[in-house]
Amino acid sequence: MAHQKFAYAPAPESRAIVDLAPSYGLFIDGEFAEAADGRVFKSVSPSSEEVLAEVARAGEADVDRAVRAARKAFGTWSALPGAERGKYLFRIARILQERSRELAVLESLDNGKPIRETRDVDLPLVAAHFFYYAGWADKLAYAGYGPDPRPLGVAGQVIPWNFPLLMLAWKIAPALAAGNTVVLKPAETTPLSALFFADVCRQAGLPRGVVNILTGYGDAGAALVAHEGVDKVAFTGSTEVGKAIARTVAGTGKKVTLELGGKAANIVFDDAPIDQAVEGIVNGIFFNQGHVCCAGSRLLVQESVQDEVLDALKRRMETLRVGDPLDKNTDIGAINSAEQLARITALAEAGEAEGAERWAPACELPESGYWFAPTLFTGVTQAHRIAREEIFGPVLSVLTFRTPAEAVEKANNTPYGLSAGIWTEKGSRILSMASKLRAGVVWANTFNKFDPTSPFGGYKESGYGREGGRHGLEAYLAAADVPAGGRGHGEGEGDR
Amino acid sequence: MKAPGTTTRLSVQKTYKLYVGGKFPRSESGRVYEVTDSRGAKGSGGGQDGGAWLANAPLASRKDARDAVVAARKAVAGWSGATAYNRGQVLYRVAEMLEGRREQFAREVADAEGLSKAKSAAVVDAAVDRWVWYAGWTDKIAQVVGGANPVAGPYFNLSTPEPTGVVAVLAPQDSSFLGLVSVLAPVIATGNTAVVVAAERAPLPALSLGEVLATSDVPGGVVNLLSGRTAEIATPLAAHQDVNGIDLTGAGPELAAELEAAAADNLKRVRRPALGEDWTADPGTSRLTAWLETKTVWHPIGV
Repeated sequence: MAHQKFAYAPAPESRAIVDLAPSYGLFIDGEFAEAADGRVFKSVSPSSEEVLAEVARAGEADVDRAVRAARKAFGTWSALPGAERGKYLFRIARILQERSRELAVLESLDNGKPIRETRDVDLPLVAAHFFYYAGWADKLAYAGYGPDPRPLGVAGQVIPWNFPLLMLAWKIAPALAAGNTVVLKPAETTPLSALFFADVCRQAGLPRGVVNILTGYGDAGAALVAHEGVDKVAFTGSTEVGKAIARTVAGTGKKVTLELGGKAANIVFDDAPIDQAVEGIVNGIFFNQGHVCCAGSRLLVQESVQDEVLDALKRRMETLRVGDPLDKNTDIGAINSAEQLARITALAEAGEAEGAERWAPACELPESGYWFAPTLFTGVTQAHRIAREEIFGPVLSVLTFRTPAEAVEKANNTPYGLSAGIWTEKGSRILSMASKLRAGVVWANTFNKFDPTSPFGGYKESGYGREGGRHGLEAYLAAADVPAGGRGHGEGEGDR
Repeated sequence: MKAPGTTTRLSVQKTYKLYVGGKFPRSESGRVYEVTDSRGAKGSGGGQDGGAWLANAPLASRKDARDAVVAARKAVAGWSGATAYNRGQVLYRVAEMLEGRREQFAREVADAEGLSKAKSAAVVDAAVDRWVWYAGWTDKIAQVVGGANPVAGPYFNLSTPEPTGVVAVLAPQDSSFLGLVSVLAPVIATGNTAVVVAAERAPLPALSLGEVLATSDVPGGVVNLLSGRTAEIATPLAAHQDVNGIDLTGAGPELAAELEAAAADNLKRVRRPALGEDWTADPGTSRLTAWLETKTVWHPIGV
């Protein structure tokens, strides 16, 4: 083969750094406890299908107990001076930094993502997020939400499996900084890092009940969202579930933020530096196995450079290493679950059936575990399912355009609006495109960049509200001019 | 051999030195001055002020001040070029290091300011927390004072704060440690480097702070600490062409006016002293913005 991969010796990160217990309870009111009805489920490593641990499966009674614990803790926690709350968060940030290698290995085991990403992306961002919001805790009056913004109360937070600990950080750090207490439910396929986070809270001396972790399935998440003791709902996950949550909270006073799906266009103009753009395309869709809501899953390439870009892209894809997540040379790890693998497989098959041309590099996949080779579809039209639906896997759909106006038209032709990418050497074109794209994050000549100071969130059916930055505080504060339980639902029931 | 404890052990005294360019030099002039405690001021048996002798502090010269400016200037590129996140972590590290030395500083502050043990401990705690407060500001001030400007035309227009450069800081005379931290931390939080003149009669907590900074990942030259006669050291600093700003907090009204006039020569940013500043109050943001320039970038929008 023309572009033979170098033969790399295995370079596995040791998993000895992680000390896993055979079973874990729910973390409620500062203590681990079994589920009220004693139910448990298993967390499996998606790269080996090995059972990592058994964890308690929360039910309605557990949700109720956790919300009550959070409510009880809210009084004292919200009354603490911001500087003191901030110091707890700084402690958490520091402990996360200290334990980052352990947590990176754990995350790679439980999620299947490459250690290079958990070590170099997830964990540094997790610690940075706590560090950033720690600093806001005593500066809320400067955040632009009135002179004395108040916390909302108990936040019910439901997070996905693609960035378990990072999504936890995005949820918990601003909530606590603003003076709320939280009940958080991690995804059922990736519960472990949240339980380790509970231990970080213990080490930081965080008062009991301020953070409660409920492992479980969608039923527990639904019960949490619907619980009347919850004042604020934050969800990251699919648009379908996001809509169900919006219906559940309708008519209540609960404030909601939703970070949902995406179908981002990554737009490459003919004047773009091709090699750089190809790196960005690869990062955009194959980072984290494509399990990224803001993934650049639609490549829009200007017709005149189509061949050049695709040739370079295929060459680059041939060098991607799929395999053991704990190997430091791995680029693409395991698909998170059998269920997700089935979904990706079905959509890819639909792509072929609808007439798009499928291509993947020759790629040996491990025997056990869930795997999907990096895949490219050309000849994709806007009507194809693979151009419309979120695949949430390492599958790129390539479309072409001739003019900037056509690129904008195609990029915006989606119910989603989370992110977009623009590749061109012309600054004025970047800014003009950015102003016309209906997306919450626009990356120019880069992709998948995240920072705690930078607001993240979607337009349209990608959700509402922002996480990160000064803007991320708004989701957890009752500003002076908006009654607690915002989004227009005031305390007065009579006005409806 | 005598059993331990049967004789009183003679303590080892510290030689207090300047902190310049990450090193601890004596004054190039070879001069020192006697620092006494403030408790004994009314009593007898003391030194020149009537207080008990504490240390011979370096009496920094004009040349020491100029050397400090050179060191501070050298450090500007690295420190202002560090990410705000990185600066925040370094400032937080200062708080961590200081926390472990609370007793030492409480003793030095008690001696310097004549405070009770409990009061001086509270002052040191407040100083530690102040480092934390400013650690949190490093990556937020741009979001509070900067932003996009909706100009009436097809232009992207963004204003961002940037550090002024080298800032000379005359630390307050009335608060040798909390006051010092309160004027120094905002200067470096915003990416500037500092040449600090410690409280004239109570410079020891400031000089000890140098030892904390030296072990807190603060790059050498970012903070330079001088002790001596405020007027003597401040005069060359105010006139120095390579100093970009001066905080006159520690100068009396007459000296402040003189220094402000000297500072006008290269249009230094000047922060005038405010009477009776309360160092325990919420510091606000004015000490951050005092040392920031606003840079506005325009770029056309169009295909």
